[in-house]
Amino acid sequence: MTYAHAAAAPAGGTADTVLAESVVQSVDWLAVAPPTIVAVAAVALLVADLFVPERAKHLLGWSAVAALALSLLALLPLLDGDRGTFCLTDDPNVCSYTADRFALVVQLLVLAGALLAALLSVHDVRATKLPAGEFWFLLLASAAGAALLPAARDLATLVIALEVASLPAFALVGLRRGDRLSSEAALKFFLSSVTATAVMLLGISFVYAAGGSLHLARLADGLATAPEQLETLAAAGVVLTLVGFAFKTAAVPFHFWVPDTYVGAPIPVAAYLSVVGKAVGFSGLILVTVLAFPAYDHVWGPAIAVLAALTMTAGNVAALRQRADAPHSAVRLLAWSSVAQAGYLLVPIAAAAYADEPERAVGATLAYALMYGVVNLGAFAVVAAVGAKGGRGGRVTDYRGLASTRLPVALALAFFLINLAGLPPGIIGLFAKVTVLGAAVDAGLGWLAVVMAANVVVGLYYYLRWTALLFRPAAPAAEPPAVRTALAAPLRGAIGLTAALGIALSGAPQLVLRFAGEALL
Amino acid sequence: MDPTAMQLVLAAIVVLPLLGALAALFPAPPGLKGKNPDQAVLRHGVTVTGAVFALSVVLAAGFDYGADGPATMQAESDVSWIPALGIRIHLGVDGVSLPLLVLTALLTFLCAVYGYFVMPAGPSPRAFVALLLVLEGGMLATFAVLNLLLFFLAFEMVLIPMYFLIARWGGAGRGAAAWKFILYTLLGSVVMLLGLLLVGFQGGTFDMVALATDNGAGLTHTTQLVAVLAIGIGLAVKTPMWPLHSWLPDAHTSAPTVGSVLLAGVLLKMGTYGFVRVLLPIAPDGMETYAPYLAAFGVTGILYGSLACLALARTGARGDLKRLIAYSSVGHMGFVLLGISTLTPTGVNGALFANIAHGLITGLLFFLVGALKERTGTTDLDALAGRTGAALYGSAPRLGALVAFGAVASLGLPGLAGFWGEMLAMFAAYDPAAGLPRPAYLVFMAVAGFGTLLTAAYLLVVVRRVCMGDRTDDRPALGDVRRYEIAAWSPLVTLTVLAGLWPAALLGLTDPAVQKLLAGGS
Repeated sequence: MTYAHAAAAPAGGTADTVLAESVVQSVDWLAVAPPTIVAVAAVALLVADLFVPERAKHLLGWSAVAALALSLLALLPLLDGDRGTFCLTDDPNVCSYTADRFALVVQLLVLAGALLAALLSVHDVRATKLPAGEFWFLLLASAAGAALLPAARDLATLVIALEVASLPAFALVGLRRGDRLSSEAALKFFLSSVTATAVMLLGISFVYAAGGSLHLARLADGLATAPEQLETLAAAGVVLTLVGFAFKTAAVPFHFWVPDTYVGAPIPVAAYLSVVGKAVGFSGLILVTVLAFPAYDHVWGPAIAVLAALTMTAGNVAALRQRADAPHSAVRLLAWSSVAQAGYLLVPIAAAAYADEPERAVGATLAYALMYGVVNLGAFAVVAAVGAKGGRGGRVTDYRGLASTRLPVALALAFFLINLAGLPPGIIGLFAKVTVLGAAVDAGLGWLAVVMAANVVVGLYYYLRWTALLFRPAAPAAEPPAVRTALAAPLRGAIGLTAALGIALSGAPQLVLRFAGEALL
Repeated sequence: MDPTAMQLVLAAIVVLPLLGALAALFPAPPGLKGKNPDQAVLRHGVTVTGAVFALSVVLAAGFDYGADGPATMQAESDVSWIPALGIRIHLGVDGVSLPLLVLTALLTFLCAVYGYFVMPAGPSPRAFVALLLVLEGGMLATFAVLNLLLFFLAFEMVLIPMYFLIARWGGAGRGAAAWKFILYTLLGSVVMLLGLLLVGFQGGTFDMVALATDNGAGLTHTTQLVAVLAIGIGLAVKTPMWPLHSWLPDAHTSAPTVGSVLLAGVLLKMGTYGFVRVLLPIAPDGMETYAPYLAAFGVTGILYGSLACLALARTGARGDLKRLIAYSSVGHMGFVLLGISTLTPTGVNGALFANIAHGLITGLLFFLVGALKERTGTTDLDALAGRTGAALYGSAPRLGALVAFGAVASLGLPGLAGFWGEMLAMFAAYDPAAGLPRPAYLVFMAVAGFGTLLTAAYLLVVVRRVCMGDRTDDRPALGDVRRYEIAAWSPLVTLTVLAGLWPAALLGLTDPAVQKLLAGGS
């Protein structure tokens, strides 16, 4: 890391450490606790895997869940105010790690998302005989990177956090040994991701050359006052830097990996990627655009706006064309829908380029992402539950008549899908979309609002088609209905938790919508 | 009455059905178990809708009918809900919404009573009661909320229960009909949502009272044009306006009796109510531009509806009675649209009157057809009538009389409720608001007048074929009107007569409010 040389100074350094303080940074361990707990737990679980007997392996999963819960609790003491650590010794206002409201909200999303993905995996790891130690290590390592990213305030830390979040994800996708689909998915994901990272690094080097600093705040000043002949270089650097994050959010044209990867990966991993992976992408995007590149908002503003329009359209059109009876169509549909949703997430970021107060505009992205995180994880949880039981191909048509066999699960899925579509009674889904539309309208991006509205209408069709299928009478069964067994407790817990959150948010949308229009950074 | 008490009553009217729906899902508490779980839950439905109806009567009793009373919002409560979007839970009633509120509570109560005795064939009554109560909550909220986005929420809330009522408890072809119903109205309301957002973002608030007071001042002409078009499409689908009506006949034909009654009696009114409450005061310029087109579509609907009904009523057309009443609704709602599109107090008052009248009369007609279907097993006019006619006068005289009463009320016989609204709408078309093309409106008036003739024609044909005819002995005897049917229907009959003989009661209520809405809240 950038501060590899930095050692922890004893808290409350005494007078004789004054000299040391000029070169040694003090570390606010409380501020860095959330990602640190997860990272430590990751290593601990990997080591523990060697000593734990086979029959107790499931304890590893529960320990991972506990570690994630603990890191969520560690967010609580940070609520009282912004904290910075790993600051420059000559300028304590320029820090590499800042636990401000933005960071906390994204960390909440990432850690809670990872927690739910872990809950889903507890069952899956045992059922599909994945290597437990490796799985939990990789999941937690990736979550640690994802939790570090929103707090990072310099480009080097950002890139490292991005890679820490991504590299374990490739392995997670390919973890199903002996499954051709799984390894192919991992390879696709890996190759395209590495290319994107390489391009981004090139961009960062350009920006660094023009701006003279890696710290976002200083880079902003540096770029604003850069000599004129460097302008083209800086602009090229800005665009190339966005590529890496656009890849993570699965924005067009970096979206082709999504469906194959989601299908090839274990379902909990796909759920994890669809929420945490995206959170990593858009929070990085917000950090670099709003904090580092405000001088080039005429470059990234239109670029992201076009990207958003293309992404939502491409995702929706592909989802619309998805045949309901094709193999794996449920996950594929969710994959394409997640691409479309990524387009909505990008809208407020594009609007930030045109807004007077970009810090406020991006709040709509956070509000939307929180809503999306809850309902999308819920939908994946149901898919995991139904797939786990039926043992069939996970086609959308397999959901026909679910309401007559498993009414609560069907109702939960219907609620999640309706939220994704943005219709009552999915009130939070509706108002999150309204918030995003409002951000676009306020920024004067009327055309983008119209494109988004048209896309929402298209989205209605496939979400509702699936929802309606749940309540159709079941097709005359070719095979005798499987013996009804109770769902595994973690799956039930995950579905119940997301449904309860979704309902609570629908009753009090202000809980997440307050982040819209608030200066978080 | 004490303003706080009024507030609480109105809030309770909106919330109680939803709580009741939730409670219906749980097993009955000890002491209320009834004969069996089904009976207990059906009785629960009657209790809750009855309580809501009683509350609506209390609200009407406490309403201030003074000179300015109906024009002001009463029982108003205004609570912040989502500050981030400026959405407040703003409830209130005035002279426009009060009659609709009471009508909704009444019709739902009657439906619950009817359903208690004649549970439609289908899955569990538990879900039926819960859905009915959710439906009631949505309908009542539509007429009580004063915030554009809440209006949208309430507007949408009725879709899902109605979808399931049709799809689960309906007759033949119910799956396709329910799907068509939800798809049409959903697409319409998405377009409407965009219009509402446009108004909200441009006008700076989602509050209907504040926007009505601005009277379009905060909106540019272009915004108003786009907003009226978008919101108007959503409302027109619900109303339904020709040519966006084609979901209605299918939905009505397949829906169970209770669903049909509420669909025709209340759901259609939500569309026309939106025109009056949202579009007239908030975007007056836009409305003025589109008013002649709205009138033209309305009048086309009148003609189209009555011609379709004539075709269905012919011998050998295998016309379905429910379908016929559905098409007649298209015609009646055409009168409502014509009244609104004149943009005059007379026309809008007439439209609101016709709204209520249609709710009462068509509600009654669907009840009667449901009873007929229950007795004979069919609503096919040819099958019913046989060669000479169904001879209801002979076999079930009271039922026959009621059918004849419903038909003549529907054709607008003076002295019954159906007359005044349509008469006022045509009267207003003779002298539309300044700025509207009068010659066009004169034509509309003439066509609408011709439409009333056609309406009379097909309804009389229906009466002849259903009520009259030779009484042959090979027909099974039909049971005449039963006690619970009298209970469910007599309020509708009474109100139809009352509104016909004493229209001033209703018009006196709506007129001040309409004057205010047209003048922009001042």
